[in-house]
Amino acid sequence: METDNIVIRHARIIDPSRQLDRVGDILLGNGEIVAAGRLGVDRIPDGCRVIDGTGLVASPGFIDLHCHLREPGFEYKETIAAGSKAAAKGGFTTLCAMPNTDPPIDNAAVVEFIHQKARQDSLVRILPIGCVTKGRKGHELAEMEELASAGVVAFSDDGDPVYDANLMRLALIYSLDLGLPISNHCQDLSLSCNGVMAEGPVATHLGLDGIPAAAEEAMIARDIALAEATGGRLHVAHLSTAGSVPLVREAKERGLSVTAEVCPHHLTTTDQWVLGRKGESSGAAGGLAYDTSTKVYPPLRAQRDVDILVSALAEGVIDCIATDHAPHDLTSKQVTYQDAAFGISVLETALGSLLQLVHTNKLSMGAMVDRLTTGPARVLGESYSDLASLQPGTTADLVLFDPEQEWTVDTSEFESKGRNTPLEGTTLKGRVVATFAGGRMVYQAPGLKIGEFRAKV
Amino acid sequence: MSLSRTIDTPEIGGAQGPEPAPRKHVLDLDDFSQEEISAVLESARSMKEVLGRDIKKVPALRGKVVVTLFYEASTRTRISFEEAGKVLSADVINMSASGSSAEKGESLLNTGLTIQAMGVDTIVIRHPHSGAPHLLAQHLNKVSIINAGDGLHAHPTQALLDLYTVQDKLGSLEGLKIVIVGDVLHSRVARSDIWGFAKMGAKVVLSGPATLMPPDLMRTSGNLARSPFASLVEVDTDLDRAIEGADVVMALRLQQERQHAGYLPSLREYIRRWQVTGDRLEKAKPGVMVMHPGPMNEGIEISNSIAHGGNSVIEDQVTNGVAVRMALLYQLTIGSGQEL
Repeated sequence: METDNIVIRHARIIDPSRQLDRVGDILLGNGEIVAAGRLGVDRIPDGCRVIDGTGLVASPGFIDLHCHLREPGFEYKETIAAGSKAAAKGGFTTLCAMPNTDPPIDNAAVVEFIHQKARQDSLVRILPIGCVTKGRKGHELAEMEELASAGVVAFSDDGDPVYDANLMRLALIYSLDLGLPISNHCQDLSLSCNGVMAEGPVATHLGLDGIPAAAEEAMIARDIALAEATGGRLHVAHLSTAGSVPLVREAKERGLSVTAEVCPHHLTTTDQWVLGRKGESSGAAGGLAYDTSTKVYPPLRAQRDVDILVSALAEGVIDCIATDHAPHDLTSKQVTYQDAAFGISVLETALGSLLQLVHTNKLSMGAMVDRLTTGPARVLGESYSDLASLQPGTTADLVLFDPEQEWTVDTSEFESKGRNTPLEGTTLKGRVVATFAGGRMVYQAPGLKIGEFRAKV
Repeated sequence: MSLSRTIDTPEIGGAQGPEPAPRKHVLDLDDFSQEEISAVLESARSMKEVLGRDIKKVPALRGKVVVTLFYEASTRTRISFEEAGKVLSADVINMSASGSSAEKGESLLNTGLTIQAMGVDTIVIRHPHSGAPHLLAQHLNKVSIINAGDGLHAHPTQALLDLYTVQDKLGSLEGLKIVIVGDVLHSRVARSDIWGFAKMGAKVVLSGPATLMPPDLMRTSGNLARSPFASLVEVDTDLDRAIEGADVVMALRLQQERQHAGYLPSLREYIRRWQVTGDRLEKAKPGVMVMHPGPMNEGIEISNSIAHGGNSVIEDQVTNGVAVRMALLYQLTIGSGQEL
């Protein structure tokens, strides 16, 4: 856990900030990247700790634009301490914390509380997101300048949309001089109604109220029109439907300041998972159906949506991957599907899930890393580009992962307090070996060997 | 197998071929095979014979405990389960959400675990949320769960009694045309009936307002996925056309709230387009059977004269419900083909 020198040797270094993808060494020291690339043995200090990175990938630490750390207010679901450990285990070195806490992050005092808690408890960087509206109630704008000065990196009422179109318009205008994006949870509530899963074949079969794709698409279309009218910065949170992709693509083609994120579960799982057999199809619903760990907003969609989201991510229409890590206590999920809380605990499975796309050649390794690092850093703005780079002199936020290691998801081993994932018991291929935040090793996989470098005599 | 000779040992016809694992729960009909449905119907026939006796009691389930756990109002389903259990000599305990710890906020799961801890054999559950019986089935390992209606999802015992009623009158279900009319979207009866009738070889046609059909069944174009029902049914919103040549017409209950929620312009228009009336039945097969799962809104989804007319088998449905539920309680508790 020291900040001494450490060198990772012979790893595949992927640094999208420099279009770098080559085998080499990375030397960390004083919390910074000292060197990354082809490194002469003479540059490695004698006695430096050394990790053999052969067969491993080293990249900037992952940045999550969207997670729920639940503190303050819901510490029985997650804490900054536990969430940060989960992040480190998942390869994330920066977390943007959504403000649907209690109290919500709608004033400077709560921002300061998050900062203080993060300093005390967190292994990784925590960047708070402020509310768009006071109390997340959707009636009046929050004091956005005060929040920005206190250090929030974006605004969002996530968990709920900014439903009033005029208020959204005003938020986009008011935040123009603050330079921060508004991340909207796009959901037309009059269309989603009491829905608990995607409208479609499984919802019909199981008699669950469906959420039509149009509930998302209608609000994205609205917000794009508002972004165009105002020149404001719109970030589409957790984009999930095939029909949302052309809306964002066209907005970008028109040169609007619109970005979008997608979640690992929307890239890898479908509404078939609600049947409880991990997506294995069968005619009958059976006793395993209504798996509440699959209940998430936006809901898991059809295979066609998944396919189009993956290609939009590969193409760059969708800028980045965000987890929407939404940990819950057991009792919030051990109820009927209708009563269960929305959300999946994602931080510790994100990489393994996403690597499925790489292993099946749907997404290149370089693109995956980009969408977890430089992609989200671009949304945050120029001043955060350092966090997504292995350039010498930048912060030593770095993840080392083994893309080939197979492991079975066992939520009893989770660092997150939220054990709510439909991936429990599934086998994933690819796992974090070590994570460094600010040069400090905040996670190391059991069995990781750390040697000491001795120059040959 | 005649029950008049083996009073104490009603037998359930077992499935043919390799023995499948004995059924533990009845959650829906989607996981029943045609053979298994036939076996239940055959067993129900024996049970109905018991119900016709002067002394309606056999000791088959003596010492077994059945709890009916109802989170929604019910007349026929609840009473018929209670009667079914009592005729078979089970001890039947009725529990409703009102007056129980559910009112103090006890969760469904904890209520289920509590009932299981008391050593009961079978829980019959009705709940307003789809999948509530599955929640119990997933977490309770010592009891059998029978779904007596969950949300919009399923009502398998109703479907079985519907199958029984039709088979009883018409002999076979194979090739029959069954028209189900009304609010299919919100109907657990329709969902289970579709599975049941389709598995038995009948043709199911759904009719009613397009707004009250599952959306995936209304799409005729596009590449969106369709539910398993799509391959089991036809949809025709024109009831006059749908009803042509029907062997069975089943009207579903129309909840009057649907109009306020915007699904319907008015009850008047619904009645004009989809009420099951004598005029409309003229187009069906002679002697068409008219069914309704109850409770009825007479004068809305079905005209008064038809509800109580010569084609109506609505009361037979109720009678047969007891026999079908006896058959299921017996099978889940004792197992098929096993002598007492």
